[in-house]
Amino acid sequence: MGYVKGLKCRECAKTYPAEAIYVCEFCFGSLEVDYDYEAIRKVLTRKKIESGPSSLWRYRDLLPINGEPTVGFYSGFTPLVKANRLAEELGVRELYIKDDSVCHPTLSFKDRVVAVALSKAKELGFDTVACASTGNLANAVSAHGAWAGLKRYIFIPHDLEQAKVLGTLVYAPNLITVRGNYDDVNRLCSEIAAKYNWAFVNINIRPYYAEGSKTFGFEVAEQLGWRTPDHLVCPAASGSLLVKIWKGFKEFEKLGLIGPVKTALHCAQPQGCSPIAEAILSKSDAIRLVRPKTIAKSLAIGNPADGYYARDAVNASGGTAGIASDEEIVEGIQLLAKTEGIFTETAGGVTVAVAKKLIEEGKIAKNQSVVIAITGNGLKTQEAIQSSLGGALEIDPQLKSFEEKVLISSKL
Amino acid sequence: MSIKVRIPTPLQKLTQDRAEVEANAKNVQDLIEQLNKSYPGIKDRICDENGSIRRFVNIFVNEEDFRFLKKEQTPLKDGDEVSIVPAIAGG
Ligand SMILES: Cc1ncc(COP(=O)(O)O)c(C=O)c1O
Ligand SMILES: [Zn+2]
Repeated sequence: MGYVKGLKCRECAKTYPAEAIYVCEFCFGSLEVDYDYEAIRKVLTRKKIESGPSSLWRYRDLLPINGEPTVGFYSGFTPLVKANRLAEELGVRELYIKDDSVCHPTLSFKDRVVAVALSKAKELGFDTVACASTGNLANAVSAHGAWAGLKRYIFIPHDLEQAKVLGTLVYAPNLITVRGNYDDVNRLCSEIAAKYNWAFVNINIRPYYAEGSKTFGFEVAEQLGWRTPDHLVCPAASGSLLVKIWKGFKEFEKLGLIGPVKTALHCAQPQGCSPIAEAILSKSDAIRLVRPKTIAKSLAIGNPADGYYARDAVNASGGTAGIASDEEIVEGIQLLAKTEGIFTETAGGVTVAVAKKLIEEGKIAKNQSVVIAITGNGLKTQEAIQSSLGGALEIDPQLKSFEEKVLISSKL
Repeated sequence: MSIKVRIPTPLQKLTQDRAEVEANAKNVQDLIEQLNKSYPGIKDRICDENGSIRRFVNIFVNEEDFRFLKKEQTPLKDGDEVSIVPAIAGG
């Protein structure tokens, strides 16, 4: 049994049944899943969660399905890594990496949202799933959809990283590259979604899909010993992940699973596509659309659907925002790799670079606890750092060559 | 000749289930007024109490976001294609 009461408009609070719909007919606001928290409070305890599966489905009572989950049995519950070397490098006392670069099966946090979206799509009776993607979602829908035996239509911009294209194609979906940027793909997909009866995970299934991101926040709280950190730095494209991490923390608080949430949530965006971060930093009322130009292609959304809600969550938490240049993104990727042995993609480079800035600027105090959200894997965006890495030392297969070329040059 | 307007699913109840309608208007603002004459109530859905287009409604004129053009004052002419699209989640 699930605890979903229905869907509710985020703007005017009008309620709807839990179907494959996503906008309010009256005010065009987006719809959000509404739960029966009173009933959840009666059954949900720390112990119940701790004895659940080692996947995001341990939080099933707070996820929007009615029956049992059918997709993503191994997704989520990724490591929270205590990052001592990076902490020392950045000059903070207590630092953790929430590491979704190893999320099963496609190595990004999108495996969480897709596990929920496809379980819901099956429950609603769809046999075809689709998405508009900046890359990681394409990988996740293709892989989970293959496992679930669903037909798949995946739409991506034409200029994505090779590994994200290959890492979609291998699961044999219908992959369509669109001549345009992500915002163009998105508009096209809305028009397609209006015409064909498919489960578009980020369009008509979006209210359910987005709930999957809460589990990133749930895990952080549980893995820290049922508390939330003083600071959490989160990358943003549409802003959905950030909004849902905040919602996850507040749900745990409301249910008495943790004490009062005192986390400052910070929004990290790349220079060249930072509409949400700029609105936060300039305290502007409006979020201004941009045409993205950044190496962080997974974050290249110029018209962020959850932008206003992300700004509001950051402000409500007392957090702020930061912007990383292409160069800082590359440095961020390398810094995380050489200190913690974690190879993240460009989105993670943005997050590390912004965390570093916020610490330097004193917006994150040195004696406080910090979690950096690492949401994707570096093997998918190798183009971004290829030219910044030194090469290997090549030698002849002789001891002499080894000693001359390696020992001397590395001055052992 | 006239302007072609693509109507999103949540508004199609007002357009007798039609996904595409035609209209004549000189700019985006005017288009909404004209649509409201043919399909009463549509303006209240697209615009807030002050008459401005709601922040999570996207309007595209020939594939270009109207916020990149002249917003409500974006001129329209015969043969233009307009798409009304709710905000969409990322990926
Ligand atoms: C690796 C990675 N991190 C973060 C994000 C941002 O997610 P959201 O659109 O929920 O802000 C994305 C989105 O595609 C992503 O691929
Ligand atoms: Zn509404």
